[in-house]
Amino acid sequence: MRKRGSSLFGAVLRYLLLAAMLAFLLFPFYWTFVTSIKPESELYGQTVTYWPQRATFDSYAKLFLEFKFLKPMANSLVVAAATTTISLTVSLLAAYAFSRYRFKGRKFLMTLFLTNNMFPAVLLLIPLYAIMRKIGILYTPRALVLSYTTFTIPFSIWLLSGYLDDLPTSLEEAAMVDGANRAQAFIRIILPILAPCVVATGAYVFMTSWNEYTFAVMFTNEANRTIPVALRNLIGQLGVQWGMLTAGGIITIIPVCIMFFFAQKRLIAGLTAGAVKG
Amino acid sequence: MQRKTSLWPYLLITPALVAVLTVVFVPVANAILMSFQSYDLRRPSGIGFVGLKNYLAVFGDPLFWRALWKTILWVLFGVGLQFFFGLVLALLLNRNFFGRGLVRSISLIPWVTPGVLIGLMWRWIFDGSYGVLNDLLLRLGVIHDKIPFLAQPATAFPAVILTIVWQGIPFFALMLLAGLQGIPDELYDAADVDGASGFQKLVRITIPSLKNIIFVTTLLRIIWVANSVDVIFNLTEGGPAYSTQTLSVYIFNKGNALNLGYASTMSIMLTLLLALVAVLYLKSIFKNQEAGR
Repeated sequence: MRKRGSSLFGAVLRYLLLAAMLAFLLFPFYWTFVTSIKPESELYGQTVTYWPQRATFDSYAKLFLEFKFLKPMANSLVVAAATTTISLTVSLLAAYAFSRYRFKGRKFLMTLFLTNNMFPAVLLLIPLYAIMRKIGILYTPRALVLSYTTFTIPFSIWLLSGYLDDLPTSLEEAAMVDGANRAQAFIRIILPILAPCVVATGAYVFMTSWNEYTFAVMFTNEANRTIPVALRNLIGQLGVQWGMLTAGGIITIIPVCIMFFFAQKRLIAGLTAGAVKG
Repeated sequence: MQRKTSLWPYLLITPALVAVLTVVFVPVANAILMSFQSYDLRRPSGIGFVGLKNYLAVFGDPLFWRALWKTILWVLFGVGLQFFFGLVLALLLNRNFFGRGLVRSISLIPWVTPGVLIGLMWRWIFDGSYGVLNDLLLRLGVIHDKIPFLAQPATAFPAVILTIVWQGIPFFALMLLAGLQGIPDELYDAADVDGASGFQKLVRITIPSLKNIIFVTTLLRIIWVANSVDVIFNLTEGGPAYSTQTLSVYIFNKGNALNLGYASTMSIMLTLLLALVAVLYLKSIFKNQEAGR
């Protein structure tokens, strides 16, 4: 601000740097999209084209008609929706307890939930596979929902109790003075204010379940594979079907991006709150 | 703040606790048990306790040591570069300019992209015959022959690092940007009065103010990056010649091959290594919480 003389050069440099950074971060998406609308002949041609000479949606048509992409999409939707509902319900209760009560063992229990996110996925993956095989739910959507709650519940509790901590307790206390009990005060007063934060947490849980691959590839079979597994399956023994694969990729990230744009403000506030405090 | 002893908090926590105990602590206990067993689903008749045999086998497995070394490099370069470029992006976004909100949102998209897709998108970019990276480098005159990036050990490892860096820049930028916005302007004003240069302000004010957030974010990223399987697996499956096989990927490959006992043994060793990082993380979280209240 103060040194106006040198700031023009600085500003140009900053814009160039920012442009380069954005180009790096966004180019893969551009390239995926361009690939998805190229005809087969252009994909594996002599020269690489940066915009298709003849744009076509053949890959998308093939993806849905031949590869039956709707099936994995439906599977992913079921798993993500169930995971989100269960995680939010269970976590909201626990988060309320952590935020509004001081009780014996609180710190221990909080640590217990926090440590949960530290376990490597591969550590849980193998015994879970053996357990699910034994109790007979391997290769069902339940196996995925169950394993996804290993990381979504602790994370949701952490996020939600952060949001709750920011709400003054005087709100509920006023309602309780007026004769409402704790549950009524929570439902009538807290929940409406907290709703956007619950939605943001839910969006995050939904996105993580929708995107998850490591558990999905081991716990599903042909009938209930989710999108990430289906995408990977387009890598065949005879080579990769890049047209269909990129088309599937574009379709996969569209819902994620939409959700993210709506949830981002609260989500970012919640994610960064804990770390910024100190 | 509430009545002294109430059953309510315990009741409210019970569902979450039961869920977490069944899907996390039971499997962890199981993994410990399995690590002392010969547990290979391809040879179901041979399942049984074998004592420390798996552990001894792991210590004598050159691929294990190689994967451990790859994990260290993967975390060091992956997280290090994510931090560096994340800081650059955060500093760029911490100024007012037209369209800043939009730029900030779209620069975060890699962070919400599925790991599988990240692996596959970059696999296509790195492709040795039709890949766009080869074409760009050829056009710019940097190379004269196409390079099969993912098919030779010397280039495959840098390629997977580049991909994980791409994935992690937005998260670092997001956290650091939040920290930057919490630094009072007065600090910079005072520095301006003293005639400090931009670089001096960065080293003397910005970085020290962000110390805590850098620490916490880095620890979190170390754990995530070390545990990450999907990106590498979908780029290279750990090859060629095991050059991109980190411990997580090695364990995943062993698990896929249904040698569950051996895989469990290695995953316990990975967990013990990461526990050190996790303890540091938890300590700082609680320190912050107490400071914040």
